[in-house]
Amino acid sequence: MNNLNFILPEIFISLTIMFLLVLGVFKKKSSSLVHYLSMGFLLITGILILNNPLDLNTTLFNGSYIIDNLSSFMKILTILAGSIVLSISRKYLKLYKIFLIEYPILILCSILGMMVMISSNDLMVFYIGLELQSLALYVLASFNREELKSSESGVKYFVLSALSSGLLLYGCSLIYGFSGSTNFNIISDSINPDNYTLTFGIVFILVGLAFKISAVPFHMWAPDVYEGSPTSVTLFFSIVPKVAALTVFIRFLYVPFINLIDQWQTIIIFISIASMIFGAVAAIGQKNLKRLVAYSSISHIGYTLAGLAVGNNEGIQSSIVYISIYIVMNLGLFTCLLMMKRNDQYFETINDLSGISKNHPILSISLLFILFSLAGIPPLAGFFAKFYVFKSVIEESMYFLAIVGLLSTVIASFYYLRIIKVMYFDQEKEKYDTDHSISLKLSLTFSTLLILLYFIFPSKLVEIVSRINII
Amino acid sequence: MIDISLSHYLTLGVIIFTIGVIGIFLNRKNIIVILMSIELILLSVNINLVAFSIFLNDISGQIFTLFILTVAAAEAAIGLAIIVVYYRNSSTIRVEEINKLKG
Repeated sequence: MNNLNFILPEIFISLTIMFLLVLGVFKKKSSSLVHYLSMGFLLITGILILNNPLDLNTTLFNGSYIIDNLSSFMKILTILAGSIVLSISRKYLKLYKIFLIEYPILILCSILGMMVMISSNDLMVFYIGLELQSLALYVLASFNREELKSSESGVKYFVLSALSSGLLLYGCSLIYGFSGSTNFNIISDSINPDNYTLTFGIVFILVGLAFKISAVPFHMWAPDVYEGSPTSVTLFFSIVPKVAALTVFIRFLYVPFINLIDQWQTIIIFISIASMIFGAVAAIGQKNLKRLVAYSSISHIGYTLAGLAVGNNEGIQSSIVYISIYIVMNLGLFTCLLMMKRNDQYFETINDLSGISKNHPILSISLLFILFSLAGIPPLAGFFAKFYVFKSVIEESMYFLAIVGLLSTVIASFYYLRIIKVMYFDQEKEKYDTDHSISLKLSLTFSTLLILLYFIFPSKLVEIVSRINII
Repeated sequence: MIDISLSHYLTLGVIIFTIGVIGIFLNRKNIIVILMSIELILLSVNINLVAFSIFLNDISGQIFTLFILTVAAAEAAIGLAIIVVYYRNSSTIRVEEINKLKG
């Protein structure tokens, strides 16, 4: 019975999903109610997670499910980001006539899957969580049924993601076969560094996970899916699944395979360098903002992985700080995108931003800060995120990784600065609507303030994250 | 009679897995073929897991297989649904014509 207390959040969220489904079916015109309720229930789930004692480190169900600081922190991050996504997407969904009960329910389903993934300490549990998350995301990608682009992005995401799950499963089967168990701790005990079959398994699993976080060379789905799906879903894609996949990355690398660090370290360094460079270079020619965000998220994932390649707790903590700050920045960026609406139509190319500083000074100054922060210019939050990662990389004297990272930051700042140039110095266009919902305004204000004022209290986030010790 | 050892099962698994992966990348005609290839990949994993489970004398591989079978069914259902939605919008499911999103 004690076990059930610790997974109360998961139980609560799954009961919520069933309740909301029934409510949505039996009550007519309940989409708005279901939307509000799912936001409320998500926040209650967050409170239930906080309710668990701090510095808890316990495994449940014969060691297949783990609750520790890493899982609690990442779950809260996921839930916060998920509820903010729900709250700022209302208007967009209404305009495109996809304001249905399924939308919040699918988001809740995928969040449940992510929570299971984050806490998994067993290959089976991990796989079930991953699939629950992916199955909901396939449907979300093609949520705008009437539009060709959205359904095409759904098809692409489905095919590539299913392929990556297949590769990942094959890796799981090899690891099960050659270590004799699906439990992470037992795998870790039975690993013999001279056994090359296990390395095969690790490579397959890393390929599958790299697909999920869209790291180069497995990034090809990201730009298409980001462009095609509805903007609110793109927002969800670009932040929330990455948190869960990053946690799984950390757990996989540092719990079962810590003894094989020589084998996987080179792979992670390669993926990280390739993602940083490719994300920076390929974004230069983009005209569509959502596509550009896809490439920029690829390069940000590169920096996050650079922290993971280090192989100690400081590196992991720097990646976690990076992904948290990245979430705030991306939320702000997408809030700006969701504010670009005129005559019942949303705009999403860089040219649509031209001269917006004259008509919308507040929106453009916030976007300016967000873009500067994404480019990593001090004293904004994005600079500190990169600073922590590079600090931990340099402390382990991995100078090549650090130098490549810094160079690709320089390349990446070109396209961020180009957007700023378009915003401030190009021909001004028609005004956008200004009747934004309160949640959009709040989200923009908070993300901009967090980015701007992070340098005053940099130790707060670091202090929370420094409790997460994996090794 | 030859003894069928673990490596025979693993070789069968590898062959089916390779056919599945090649089927996804070489196929230029129809998305349904891709769905079938994905199913092949999952089945090859099942063969692997069951063989390991028998030879390790450990039940968890077979339980894993049952989970994979369930998920594969769900995945096929969702995949077909997405393909139907796509067909309604574009009236084709030829792989080479899925190219509206580019850049």
